[in-house]
Amino acid sequence: MNLIVMQGVNKRYKNGVNAIQDLNLTIEKGDFVFVIGSTGCGKSTLIKMLYREEKPTKGKIVVGGLDVAKLRNSKVYKLRRKIGVVFQDFKLLPKSTVFENVAFALEVLGLPKDEIYHKVIKVLELVGLKHKAKNYPNQLSGGEQQRVAIARAIVNGPKLLICDEPTGNLDENTSMEIMTVLEAINKLGTTIIMVTHDRTIVKKMQKRTILLDSGRILKDYKKGKYVDESNKNTK
Amino acid sequence: MKAIRILSRNIRDSFKSVFRNFSLSLASISCITITLVVVALSIVLSFNVNNFTDMVEKDVTIVTFLKVDIDEAGREAVLTELKKLDNIEKISFESKMAIADEMMEANETYKNIMSDWNEETSPLQDTYLVKVKDIEQIEATANQIKKINGVDIIKYGEGMVEKLVSTFDLIHKICYGIVAALILVTAFLITNTIKITIFSRKREIEIMRLVGASNLNIKIPFIFEGLFLGILGSIIPIAATIYGYAAIYDRMGGQVFSSIIKLVKPTPFVYEISVILVGIGMIVGMFGSWQAVRKYLKI
Ligand SMILES: Nc1ncnc2c1ncn2[C@@H]1O[C@H](COP(=O)(O)OP(=O)(O)OP(=O)(O)O)[C@@H](O)[C@H]1O
Ligand SMILES: [Mg+2]
Repeated sequence: MNLIVMQGVNKRYKNGVNAIQDLNLTIEKGDFVFVIGSTGCGKSTLIKMLYREEKPTKGKIVVGGLDVAKLRNSKVYKLRRKIGVVFQDFKLLPKSTVFENVAFALEVLGLPKDEIYHKVIKVLELVGLKHKAKNYPNQLSGGEQQRVAIARAIVNGPKLLICDEPTGNLDENTSMEIMTVLEAINKLGTTIIMVTHDRTIVKKMQKRTILLDSGRILKDYKKGKYVDESNKNTK
Repeated sequence: MKAIRILSRNIRDSFKSVFRNFSLSLASISCITITLVVVALSIVLSFNVNNFTDMVEKDVTIVTFLKVDIDEAGREAVLTELKKLDNIEKISFESKMAIADEMMEANETYKNIMSDWNEETSPLQDTYLVKVKDIEQIEATANQIKKINGVDIIKYGEGMVEKLVSTFDLIHKICYGIVAALILVTAFLITNTIKITIFSRKREIEIMRLVGASNLNIKIPFIFEGLFLGILGSIIPIAATIYGYAAIYDRMGGQVFSSIIKLVKPTPFVYEISVILVGIGMIVGMFGSWQAVRKYLKI
C-alpha cells in the first residue's frame, strides 16, 4: 500500500526558482527511503511539501490519505499529527529538559499527564536516553540531542518520519548511532524518508535511494541496488 | 476535558512567558501604561466637563418680566401661552411683593425704601422663571416668549451660557478623539512590541506547528499573554486615578472656581474609570498579541 503519492508535482518559488519539476513518486508503507543529490537540487523542497511547509505550484500530493496540496492552512495540524519531522539543527527548546521537550509534542494534543509520562519514558528508552530525561539540551552531545529530537518526532506514533540531514552536524560514529535508532524505528513499522549528503551511510544501509538533480528524479535505486556513481566523472 | 487540559496549560505557559521574557514584556506593559494614563486623564476631564455642562444647563433660566399693570387674568393668559411652548422644562411664578420681600431681607437700605410699597405702587414687576429643556434652543424660545401678550422684557444668559456650553462640548469631543486615537496607536505599538517578543519565540511556534498544534492552540497562549500584559499595564494608571483624583478633589474642595462648578465625586467615579482602564488594557493587549502571532501562522 502506498503511503505517499506524488503526481506531476512542480514547485516554483516566488523568486522564480524551479525547485521541483514534473516529479512522480510513490513510497510504500513501511519503507525506508534516502533522498540524495547535490546541494540546491531540491531535496528539502521535496520533503517540505510532504509536511506542508511548502505548497506545490502544480500537481497532486497525497500523504496517508490526506490531499496535502489542497489542505487548508488551518488544517495543517491534522497532517502534522500523523508525521514526525527531524532536522539537522535538532530544533529543541533550550530552556526545557529532555523530558519536557518530548512531552511538548503530547501536551499540545491535550493528553492526560500520566499518559504523557508513560509515553515519553517509553520513547526515551527506545532512543537510549532515559537516564538523561532531566538534562537540558546544552548538557547533551550532538548525537544525544538528535536522539531527543527523534524521540519527540515519534512519541505520538506517527506513520511517517521525515528527516532532513539528521546526521549533518554529527561525526561518523555518532551518525551511525543515529542510523541504528532510525532503523529500529523503521522496524517497528514507521515509514522513513531521509535526506542526506552522506554517501557512506547510503552505501552502507542499502535502502531505496532517490537521486535528485535540478528538481527531477535522476535515479531511483531499489533496495540493495545502490552504487555510488558520484565520483565517476572526476575519475 | 481535553480542551480544559489544553487551556489550563496555555494559561500557565502564557503566565510563565510574561516573566521569562520580562524585558520585552516590560516594553509592552510600559506602552499600555502610558496610554492608559492619558486615557484616564481624558476620561476624568471629559466626565467633569460633562458634569459642568449638566449643572450650567440646569441653572439657566429665562426670567420673564410681566407688564407693570398686568392683572390676575393677564398673568393666567401668559402662563397658558408659556405652557404651549415645547422647550419648557419648568415654570415658576414670583410676585412683585415676593421679590420686594426678598430684596428687603437682603439689604437694609432697600428695606427703608421699599417697606411702604404695596401691590399698586410698587415699580417692580411680576416674573415667571422659565427653565428650558434644551439649552441650544434657548434663543428661539426666548424670542417666542418675548412675543407673548403681557410680557414686558425677558432676561437670560445672553450668549455667555451658550458659549460656555459649546466650549465644554468641544472639550468633551476632543477628549473622546484623543482616547480613540491613543487606543489605535497603542494597539499598533503593542502589536509591534509583541511581534518582537514573538520573534524571539519563533522556534517555539515552529516546533508547536511541527508537532501538530492547531493554529488556535498556538494563538491562545499569546492571546492570554496579551491579556496579562494589559492587566499589568493598567495597574499604575488605576492606582494613579484612584489616589490622584481623590487628592485633587480634596485639594480643590470638590469645586472649580466657584461653588457652581462642582467636580464629579470620586466614588464610584474612580472605580468606574478603573474598570474602563483595565478593560481597554485587556482588549488592546489581546488584540495586539493576536495580530502579532497571525504572521507566524501563515505558510
Ligand atoms: N524559500 C525559498 N525561496 C526561494 N527559493 C528557495 C527557497 N527555498 C529553497 N529555494 C531554492 O530552491 C532550490 C532548492 O532548494 P532546496 O533547499 O530544496 O535544496 P536542497 O537540495 O535541500 O539543498 P541542500 O543540500 O543545500 O540543503 C535552491 O535553488 C534554493 O535556492
Ligand atoms: Mg536542504
